Amino acid sequence: MKVLIIGATSAIAESTARRYAARGDRVFLVARNALKLETLALDLQVRGASWVGSMVMDACDTDRHQEMLSAAIDGLDGLDLVLIAHGTLPDQELVQKDYPATLQALEDNFLSVVSMLTGIANVCEQQGHGTIAVISSVAGDRGRQSNYVYGTAKGGLSIFLQGLRNRLAQTGVNVLTIKPGFVSTPMTAHLNGSGPLWAEPDDIAAGIVKAVEKNRNVVYLPAFWQLIMTIVCAVPESIFKRLKL
Amino acid sequence: MSAGRFHSWGLNPKSNGKPLRVSSRFEPLNLPDNGLVLPFGNGRSYGDSCLNNEGYLLDTRSLNHFIAFDQDTGILRVEAGVLLADILHLVVPRGWFLPVTPGTRFVTIAGAVANDVHGKNHHRAGTFGCHVTALELLRSDGERLHCSPDENPEWFAATIGGLGLTGLMTWVEVQLKPVMNPYLQEETLRFSCLDEFFELNKASEERYEHTVAWVDCMARGSALGRGAFYRANHHGSAAPAHRPVAPRQGLGLPFIPPVSLVNRASLRLFNEVYYRKQPLRRSRTVHYQSFFYPLDSIRHWNRMYGPRGFVQYQCLVPEASGSEVFREILAAIAASRQGSFMAVLKVFGAKQSPGLMSFPQQGVTLALDFPNTPATAGLLERLDELSRAANGVVYPAKDSRMSAQSFQRYFPQWQDFAQFIDPRFSSGFWRRVTAEPAS
Ligand SMILES: Cc1cc2nc3c(=O)[nH]c(=O)nc-3n(C[C@H](O)[C@H](O)[C@H](O)COP(=O)(O)OP(=O)(O)OC[C@H]3O[C@@H](n4cnc5c(N)ncnc54)[C@H](O)[C@@H]3O)c2cc1C
Ligand SMILES: NC(=O)c1ccc[n+]([C@@H]2O[C@H](COP(=O)([O-])OP(=O)(O)OC[C@H]3O[C@@H](n4cnc5c(N)ncnc54)[C@H](OP(=O)(O)O)[C@@H]3O)[C@@H](O)[C@H]2O)c1
Repeated sequence: MKVLIIGATSAIAESTARRYAARGDRVFLVARNALKLETLALDLQVRGASWVGSMVMDACDTDRHQEMLSAAIDGLDGLDLVLIAHGTLPDQELVQKDYPATLQALEDNFLSVVSMLTGIANVCEQQGHGTIAVISSVAGDRGRQSNYVYGTAKGGLSIFLQGLRNRLAQTGVNVLTIKPGFVSTPMTAHLNGSGPLWAEPDDIAAGIVKAVEKNRNVVYLPAFWQLIMTIVCAVPESIFKRLKL
Repeated sequence: MSAGRFHSWGLNPKSNGKPLRVSSRFEPLNLPDNGLVLPFGNGRSYGDSCLNNEGYLLDTRSLNHFIAFDQDTGILRVEAGVLLADILHLVVPRGWFLPVTPGTRFVTIAGAVANDVHGKNHHRAGTFGCHVTALELLRSDGERLHCSPDENPEWFAATIGGLGLTGLMTWVEVQLKPVMNPYLQEETLRFSCLDEFFELNKASEERYEHTVAWVDCMARGSALGRGAFYRANHHGSAAPAHRPVAPRQGLGLPFIPPVSLVNRASLRLFNEVYYRKQPLRRSRTVHYQSFFYPLDSIRHWNRMYGPRGFVQYQCLVPEASGSEVFREILAAIAASRQGSFMAVLKVFGAKQSPGLMSFPQQGVTLALDFPNTPATAGLLERLDELSRAANGVVYPAKDSRMSAQSFQRYFPQWQDFAQFIDPRFSSGFWRRVTAEPAS
């Protein structure tokens, strides 16, 4: 398979990339930190990827999205799967006071992805095949006081993907929305989470690979989050607004 | 009550070291202005040598990348936090194996170096450190030391078995050993007393790369020192007739039970049944995971001892006195009415490790686990007396209780070692065993 991964140095993306590398796939990696990117590229080569290319790019640098996509397709010699994984978890207290910080969070988690998807969707539509897999979040399913700016970005992203899926449904292109719950990664390290609700990045990676294979539309990872979010979304707003969530 | 992942395998002592994530091997250590730090691998040490109460733990989980693997020579270079399990997953299908492995594959490579771990092939291969060809050490002042037997050899020696105190290892390079397949040909032999164990061992050391024994430490009287001897070699043929599958990750303990599931009755029953289950003599082909890592298929087995956790005790005495000392030790255990599930006996060989503070040396070693109770504390003090008298040593990786006096007796080179310790690095273990000068 020919796999393009954006935000490749995220813990979840790394674990996913390793699974493709071990199968001998071709991968093209995009991330903003050159040293981390180089580290991952070597790692995937050792693990068995048949070809590894990479490009240093900040996801918010929308002017370079077209160049990135062309470089990936050239290097990979085609495109079967795109995984978009970059994201940031903003400090909720900060974004409540500071609009530029809010805007940055929306750019990191939503607008940058929309810009990429514009080009990627057109390429996939034209070639008539491929999977577009994007990491959204359970946080996008319902707004909560503790992280509603992040939730807004991910919620907007989920809706965008839903529309894109509908548009591409007849073209042979699959759009996969990935909604992880709590995952122990650098993004959530400050929360020091542990216990049955917390998953490891590799658990999520296994779920992503399987969902891509099965042409799923939306997956909650681990799957029990679907039940949790169904309940969370079912609570009437008049009650929900009083909860400390 | 869960402290997340930053506890030791014995679940005691409790410790509040704050995690600091190391996000790339190229970054300088990002240390707070004050406070002491200790690298944390995967917490498979039993006691406080991987803990740093009131300080910081350098979480090395993101240092999980392979750097280079030469399939022709078997030289592998990986980041410090890579698990032995991940190495095996990659290299076994390509015809290579770890030169030395501890009894769990869920340890990091740097953890294996910092405790200079040993395996069932010590009599042939020595320790893990004997096979390390190079490593990088990052000091708190930003200096990076490339260490090997030829380059900075004194730092190399101090870091192997250096208990994480000499600085942060960022990567480690190791020479793997070639294998034909993932299998071992294993033979099990029951023995009825310690002398028989030593005879079996002597007869096996030359022909078998791996030797180890389990002893029934609940047995008394004429049954004292009975057990089962395991010896094995990697399977030599390219296509073995019988190819057993890897054991499945079985059920685990999803949480810590409120009370210990281990008591005298369950121990006696377990040891008796386990002994009876051992065949008088059996030869079979086994998957490497079943042979090296029988406990890895029960997730979180350490939780069965309940919230107080448990302690391990591993001592090593010169072979000449081994038979006698272990008879006394087993008798002391039986008399104390304490008991252990897994009492493991192994004779170590003469191969010297480069490590300055390494635990292994020529002799016989016995490893035991006990519930963490006041009675256990008394018993272990007694075992320390026996070990000290026999000129033995006790393994820091499994310790949370030896006295400063015992430690300084076991490791008289500790003061030479101290000059290599990074001024910003320390551990609960180190503070404890250097707290008071030995008399
Ligand atoms: C079931 C089981 C079986 C075992 N069997 C054996 C056995 O047969 N033989 C044996 O020798 N041991 C055995 N052990 C002990 C285990 O192998 C050691 O304690 C090992 O060091 C644990 O490695 P870790 O990665 O979990 O490191 P930790 O326990 O987290 O840390 C161990 C030490 O390594 C240091 N360290 C970790 N990372 C770095 C780094 N990047 N740079 C510098 N220092 C670092 C830490 O500071 C600490 O001092 C066993 C343990 C268990 C749980
Ligand atoms: N962890 C969770 O609990 C959780 C739950 C639900 C959804 N998610 C989503 O999962 C995805 C992966 O995150 P993770 O949990 O694996 O955390 P992570 O390891 O912290 O990954 C986040 C990655 O995004 C990259 N990134 C952020 N902004 C970027 C930008 N402008 N340009 C390029 N790269 C950028 C970061 O790069 P640097 O390394 O250079 O900083 C980092 O590699 C994210 O979309 C996240 O929102 C995570």
